[in-house]
Amino acid sequence: MIFLKLFFTFFKIGLFSFGGGYGMLPLILQETVKNGWLTESEFYSFLAVAESTPGPIAVNMATYVGSTQGMFTYGGNVFFGALGSIIATLGVIMPSIIIILLIVAILKNFLKYRAVRCALMGMKPLICGMIMATGITLAITNILPNLYSFSLKGFSYMALIVTAILAGIYFGYKKLFKKNLSPILLILISAVFGMLLL
Amino acid sequence: MNKLKDALKLFAIFFKIGLFTFGGGYAMISVITHEIVEKRKYISNAEFSDLVAIAESTPGPIAINSATYIGYRKAGVLGAIFSSIGVCLPSLIIIFLISLFFTDILKYTLVQKAFRGIQCGVSILVFMAGVKLLKNIEKNWISYTLIALSVLVMLSMKFFSYSFSTIFIVLFGAVLGIAVYLPKEKKAENRPIAQDSDKKEGGDTE
Repeated sequence: MIFLKLFFTFFKIGLFSFGGGYGMLPLILQETVKNGWLTESEFYSFLAVAESTPGPIAVNMATYVGSTQGMFTYGGNVFFGALGSIIATLGVIMPSIIIILLIVAILKNFLKYRAVRCALMGMKPLICGMIMATGITLAITNILPNLYSFSLKGFSYMALIVTAILAGIYFGYKKLFKKNLSPILLILISAVFGMLLL
Repeated sequence: MNKLKDALKLFAIFFKIGLFTFGGGYAMISVITHEIVEKRKYISNAEFSDLVAIAESTPGPIAINSATYIGYRKAGVLGAIFSSIGVCLPSLIIIFLISLFFTDILKYTLVQKAFRGIQCGVSILVFMAGVKLLKNIEKNWISYTLIALSVLVMLSMKFFSYSFSTIFIVLFGAVLGIAVYLPKEKKAENRPIAQDSDKKEGGDTE
């Protein structure tokens, strides 16, 4: 039953992924690819959409996967797409709601517990590394798509150039204006470069 | 009845927040500060920084965690549920509409090229999201080793095509954190200065 599977998979994602939207990406990627719901390339393409539309990234991901899987399973029926998107979204937000309610109503001093703080001190570096690795993996996939089977075949020097230009723009903007370039703007610029050069 | 009214109002506020914030949880924090703390004064500034610390330290999207917290404070469990649903409803509607045609547009060559470019941009955005988290991390060799370890494990999963859930990586971190830091903190507790360093921890999130 696809809807149960969607619910429990996204419930699991909501329960075990820390660090907000980006921190949730590695697990969402793993689970959606494992279930055959998205290919890695589809995942990253849709991630760009999720970043360019309002709302939490994890909710956007859940809605998209829920909708496409619901429709796919029931021969393109839009109603089941809507149902799938609601169920997957409820799945991903429910652990948050339950946990926060527990903390705010019962475990008021949650963050003051020494064991909690120590656990977080151990978890945070790993989450940070996981997110950076997700970015590095994507860059490698863009530039050297076959490196993972230890081959330099398919080396895209244009992707290397585009990535370098975009990094230049990102850091140049940061240096010049002392704030981060909006993700939407960077995505739009990337799209233009992609259309021209890739 | 009053609670229901409050809950509906919270729903409307969080719907608006969900509709107009781009870029995920951290961008949302500044909008929530404006709408909830400054404009409506539902919770104080001090409580808000506690909230952010909790939202960051618990699983799930930061926006949902914050909405649940504020909703409960203002109108109990009903408020929590209404706020959380309010904050994700705009996404749900927008993304559902996009999902109806997204796979179809990906078939066009020009769109494919655009998305190949976008993936180059996204790799930078994701990497930098990780870099930004560096500032919330204990500055010591244990942390640096753990960062290097998790990068290596994630990359090696890709190269040697094996896979285990990132859940285990996070749980490993939790266990290791308790094993390494808890005895130290306990030891520090016996000295009088310890209390101050405890306080500093909480204020770090500002």
